[in-house]
Amino acid sequence: MSMAEMEVPRNVVEEYLCMDRMPHMWCSGCGIGTTVNCFVRAIERSKIPRNKIAVVSGIGCTGRVAGYIATDSFHTTHGRAIPFATGLKLARPEMTVIVYSGDGDLIAIGGNHLIHGARRNIDLKIICINNFTYAMTGGQAGPTTPPGSISTTAPYGGFEQEFNLPYLAESSGAVYVARWTSFHVTQLTRAMAECLKKKGMTFLEIITPCPTLYGRRNRQGTGVDTMKMYREMSVVKHGADTKEAAIVPGKEILVGRFVDIDRPTFLDGYNKQMKSRLGERFPEYRGISEESDPLEQHGENEIEQ
Amino acid sequence: MKADPAGVLTGAHFIDGDHACCEGALAAGCRFSAGYPITPSTEVVERIAARFPHVGGMFIQMEDELAASIAILGAAWGGAKVLTVTSGPGFSLMMEHIGFAAMTETPCVFVDVQRAGPSTGLPTLPAQADMMQVRWGSHGDYGIIALSPNSPQECFNLTIEAFNLAETYRVPTFLMMDESVGHMTERVVIPAADEIEVVPRRYTSKPSGEYLPYEPEEDLVPAMVPVGRGYNVHVTGLTHDERGYPVMNAAAQDRLIRRLVDKIRKNARRIARYEESRIEGADVVVVSYGITSRVAMEGIRLARENGIKVGILRLVVVWPFPGWRIAELSGQIKAFVVPELNMGQMVLEVERYAAGRAKTHCVPHAGGTVHDPKEIATVIEEAVK
Amino acid sequence: MSRTEVKIGGFGGQGVILTGLVLGKAAALYGGLNATMIQSFGPEARGSACSSQLVISDQEILYPYVRQPNILVAINQEAYTKFVPELAPDGLLLFEEDLVHVDERVGHRRARGIPATRIAEELGNRIVVNMVMLGFFSATTGLLREEAVREAVRVSVPRGTEELNLEAYGRGVEYGIRN
Repeated sequence: MSMAEMEVPRNVVEEYLCMDRMPHMWCSGCGIGTTVNCFVRAIERSKIPRNKIAVVSGIGCTGRVAGYIATDSFHTTHGRAIPFATGLKLARPEMTVIVYSGDGDLIAIGGNHLIHGARRNIDLKIICINNFTYAMTGGQAGPTTPPGSISTTAPYGGFEQEFNLPYLAESSGAVYVARWTSFHVTQLTRAMAECLKKKGMTFLEIITPCPTLYGRRNRQGTGVDTMKMYREMSVVKHGADTKEAAIVPGKEILVGRFVDIDRPTFLDGYNKQMKSRLGERFPEYRGISEESDPLEQHGENEIEQ
Repeated sequence: MKADPAGVLTGAHFIDGDHACCEGALAAGCRFSAGYPITPSTEVVERIAARFPHVGGMFIQMEDELAASIAILGAAWGGAKVLTVTSGPGFSLMMEHIGFAAMTETPCVFVDVQRAGPSTGLPTLPAQADMMQVRWGSHGDYGIIALSPNSPQECFNLTIEAFNLAETYRVPTFLMMDESVGHMTERVVIPAADEIEVVPRRYTSKPSGEYLPYEPEEDLVPAMVPVGRGYNVHVTGLTHDERGYPVMNAAAQDRLIRRLVDKIRKNARRIARYEESRIEGADVVVVSYGITSRVAMEGIRLARENGIKVGILRLVVVWPFPGWRIAELSGQIKAFVVPELNMGQMVLEVERYAAGRAKTHCVPHAGGTVHDPKEIATVIEEAVK
Repeated sequence: MSRTEVKIGGFGGQGVILTGLVLGKAAALYGGLNATMIQSFGPEARGSACSSQLVISDQEILYPYVRQPNILVAINQEAYTKFVPELAPDGLLLFEEDLVHVDERVGHRRARGIPATRIAEELGNRIVVNMVMLGFFSATTGLLREEAVREAVRVSVPRGTEELNLEAYGRGVEYGIRN
């Protein structure tokens, strides 16, 4: 048997990644790539047709995720991934829309959109990579940076109180709130699959190392050292009170599925309200119809499922 | 293609410019709008909120103008014809997403019901002082299209035209209204749906293997694909190549930005629309747009009573600016007179293309009301001397 | 008919805007004329001074604002006091005679009053005071065909109230003709 005929075992994740764009731009020891690996495995497990998935990112290191996933993907403006995804989801409710972005993007500049998205319960899957810093721009302080941490814009140590993200997401109205670290690949993949299945706005915080910037300045050692720290310090506590979930350096990190409730999504509420007021005059809203879509006939362009 | 009758309120109506704009959007096939209330544009979104649910459309009130201006872009990629509406401070907040729309070539319509600024200014009173902001407001180089209606009827007509241009050129397109036109009620005749021409989205007919999302066609505009079809389209605000992939170098930047500017510049004569009256043999030509063009006509009438030969060039499409026409006229006349509700914006374009061959007179006004026609007549009379 | 400028002033809630709208529709939709209406509100939606300004012409209307009304309709004292100085020297003043005290010193030769609120109350609802004023306007000015105004009333008032509004309108017309 010649080499050409040999069956080359293919990594299942490759089908879901833009392999022509590899190698990716993330640093060695960075946790973002690990989460992407978990994510594509979760997509595969979910059995959602790949062409019915869209990934939306903002700006930053995590903002680049959209560019590596082989689905329809959108790399938007800084902080505005959620409102972009809101428009996309409302136009195409049959699509599963994932917002994959970082803590600076989603919590600082985009914080207002996060709380309103959760309040409305727009059916979006929010994946928030929290590496405690603005990494793309060189390691500045952000709203998740713990007090006392050194960063380029807090060279003498930060002192502002940071956000407790699960508590923020829950109190804003998210129906599913969980936290894992990039060490917990099995649990993380399962949590991502749960998010993909859940109706409404889900919020998944993933603690990841940034050894190049945050880790180096705050004596966390290499990426491997940080992963060891996650293993030692993490305590799994499903259903924990999110008020208790603040991250304090040197103290244990609460991980697990904290919130899993049901309430009507934006579109559920919209259709119910309009129906009750307009009755027969209201055609149930199921998305924008493609009046002029010439690809209706191009069945061959559909991904085989 | 013809308008969908479901959205067309055929008949004669007595409505204001804001309401007429909403009806124009519906007739054009717009079925998604995101907005944030701001005087004096709020009536547009109020009518949208009431009308869209009846025709299978969606209106969502967002948390701010940043959100509204990008929610529409998400919906546009979802296949919808989209619009957002704002004024002054809200328009300033939307600038980043105008750049994002230009960079990603997302068809979309922005309506700016101009009020007097800067900052909070005079929320309930008119101005035309966002004319340069609309052209240059977002960072970087790009092209846009802007139209300026001077009556509620035109608010209807030009909203449809704005959608058609946005779809044709895949470019953010602007309806530059003002408080006066927005809150003015007049007869608006809405034709039957089969008399309204609408431009559908430019979708590719190529299969996914052959399709490049940013490969331009002959007119420099690339065709789109709807999401959810397995094309795995990637859209980014970063400088990108024909595949849509980020490329971080000067050559890629030159190639992309030159095309974004050229697709408007090189199609300018096709996009431009202006109306002329009594230009032949005129000594003075008034260049005007929007509400001011009506007030200027009163001024012109007064000047003609005093024997002055004066014509008018009314800009319907303001950007791209028909500089070639100004250049032609500047060899034939003594002077241009440019009244506008700002301290001198479009007059700079007139001056640039007149290039000293004809004098250019500005009739500035800080906004809050319209010009006194006598003031315009006086400048016309001065200009012939 | 050349350019005629009309200003209607009263409290918010007295139907000032609706009155302007009906006149505008009567001219522009049913009267074969052009009409441009501009409304302005006080800072609150109700109970404050509000006015509607209307230009009616058989020519194209260019300048949209009312500068010197040929006809002023004043439904309360505040509107009268505020707007009467703008009225053209040969202009016509129509006023609600129980609510507006006309200053004799201003000396408008063409001023006519009507107890519109009382008439509306006789019909059982003072909310139709504006329709009484409108009827009075029609009969007094002859600016618009009566059938055009009636049609405009029919399509402008809330469904189910057409009869009451048209009755009020008719009473205003009657009063205008009789007095």
